[in-house]
Amino acid sequence: MVTMAGLFRNIFRFYLDGFRNMTWGRPLWALIFIKLIFLFVILRIFFFQPVLAGKSDGQKSDFVGTSLVERTGNCK
Amino acid sequence: MVDTALIDWSRAQFALTACYHWVFVPLTLGLAVIMAVMETIYVVKKDEFWKKAAQFWMKIFGINFAVGIATGLILEFEFGTNWSNYSWFVGDIFGAPLAIEGIFAFFMEATFVAVMFFGWNKVGKKFHLASTWLTGIGATISAFWILVANGWMQHPVGMEFNPDTVRNEMVDFWAVATNPVAVTKFFHSVLSGWMTGAVAVIGISCWYLLRKRETRFALASIRIASAVGITGTLAVMITGDMSGVHVAEYQPMKLAAAEGLMDGGQRAPFSIVPGIEIPGMLSILATHDIDGYVPGINDILDGYTDPDGNEHLSAEAKMYKGNAALKAFKEYRQLKETDNEAAMQARKILEDNMEYFGYGYIRDRNDLVPNVWLVYWPFRIMVGLGSFLLLLMIAVLFFERKGKIAGMKWLQWTALLSIPLVYLAGQAGWVVAEVGRQPWAIQDLLPVNAAVSSLGTGAVKTTFFIFVAVFTLFLAIELNIMFKAIKKGPKVDEEA
Repeated sequence: MVTMAGLFRNIFRFYLDGFRNMTWGRPLWALIFIKLIFLFVILRIFFFQPVLAGKSDGQKSDFVGTSLVERTGNCK
Repeated sequence: MVDTALIDWSRAQFALTACYHWVFVPLTLGLAVIMAVMETIYVVKKDEFWKKAAQFWMKIFGINFAVGIATGLILEFEFGTNWSNYSWFVGDIFGAPLAIEGIFAFFMEATFVAVMFFGWNKVGKKFHLASTWLTGIGATISAFWILVANGWMQHPVGMEFNPDTVRNEMVDFWAVATNPVAVTKFFHSVLSGWMTGAVAVIGISCWYLLRKRETRFALASIRIASAVGITGTLAVMITGDMSGVHVAEYQPMKLAAAEGLMDGGQRAPFSIVPGIEIPGMLSILATHDIDGYVPGINDILDGYTDPDGNEHLSAEAKMYKGNAALKAFKEYRQLKETDNEAAMQARKILEDNMEYFGYGYIRDRNDLVPNVWLVYWPFRIMVGLGSFLLLLMIAVLFFERKGKIAGMKWLQWTALLSIPLVYLAGQAGWVVAEVGRQPWAIQDLLPVNAAVSSLGTGAVKTTFFIFVAVFTLFLAIELNIMFKAIKKGPKVDEEA
């Protein structure tokens, strides 16, 4: 009977062997890694900071509520 | 004041990201079915040829999956940064489906993808086959929740606006999850993915035929792909018809723009191209009744009474009600701390006019009309190419069964050159769906000029061009890796 620890060990080995024996998949993983760095490090930190980040729910409601009232159809 | 250039660049950035995302999604959905069918044949027939064939298409699937993975996350970044008013206003309605998608479908998909690629010779054949099918099912479930969110924007249901939190709160999850617009859109989009996968597989297989290599593999792939593709395309046509009825009911301006129909009526004609019409056909498509009433752009702006006696308000009347809703919203916020009774009266007015809330931001009634050219022509491109690709797949399957396709170079070239066309059809479909609902971010509730964040236009423009460069680079890398894999080929014929 396989214990819980044994099960996790088998799953870990399954993934480890899979990654070790990869051939054509290696450059794809490199590509995924580069992309995730680009997304979460460069884009998220330097270009995409959520406008409402750092505000409490009450402050977010106030901010958006005020913005919606101020914008009643006024586009220049 | 919101700069219209900011709105345009924010929309352009979102559209670019969504279009890029949709390059990968349909091929993932379509290839998942084709490779799973091939592996099923392998398990049933115990023929190694089908295992090699499935493995080759899994490789193409893997390349597409790796490059496409997480492209949808950029859209979520943009919601928080470029569309912060929208993100807050939609509340849990949008968050819940996306959270379900992230937790359930994505992890299911990611787990079984690992078993599918790493599990050959390590898990039983049937378990591996189940993992391959579940990879595709996971991707499909993932698409469902995304399209539930999108469907809600086209036809908002199952929520109530809370003026205290300035959010729409979900009151009926079932109504949101079974929104008819979302359900139809789900089947229409997923099945168009089957079509994309099929046309890609047929095109690549025909390239092998043109090079006179991997012939058995190419013919077998054509057989499976065309069967999947024809099934998918016929279902796309049925769901497209259902979608037309929904658009007529919930977004009549989109339908009028897609037809360039200025003045509607009963027995409305369907425009094939400007100047060539089929009398009564639009009424049939929109209402399934040749005498059905279809309003034109002018009817919708001026207001009309349909044959059932239902009155539809003019643009001015909706704008008046929208202004009343916004004024009441403003008063409620001012009065709720100081004068409860007056605040409740304002809230009542807001609730009575809430369905027209977004019209309070419209100053010129012509702003309610989307760009007709940009809806009319993509609709014809989508339908025209869809019909052509159906005929192509029928022809390919017919001549494959007759044993003649290997000698028909013109058909092989046509199939190969049709690969970009299936992508063009899919992108055109999304242009119709999204440009056609302008100016709305959420139909009737929030136009884009109220939804957009107050950012510097320059910053949005900068990120737009960064995306153009990065997306082009990633796409070039994908195509390069994919072309190399295709050139190398499955190498199955000599082993079969």
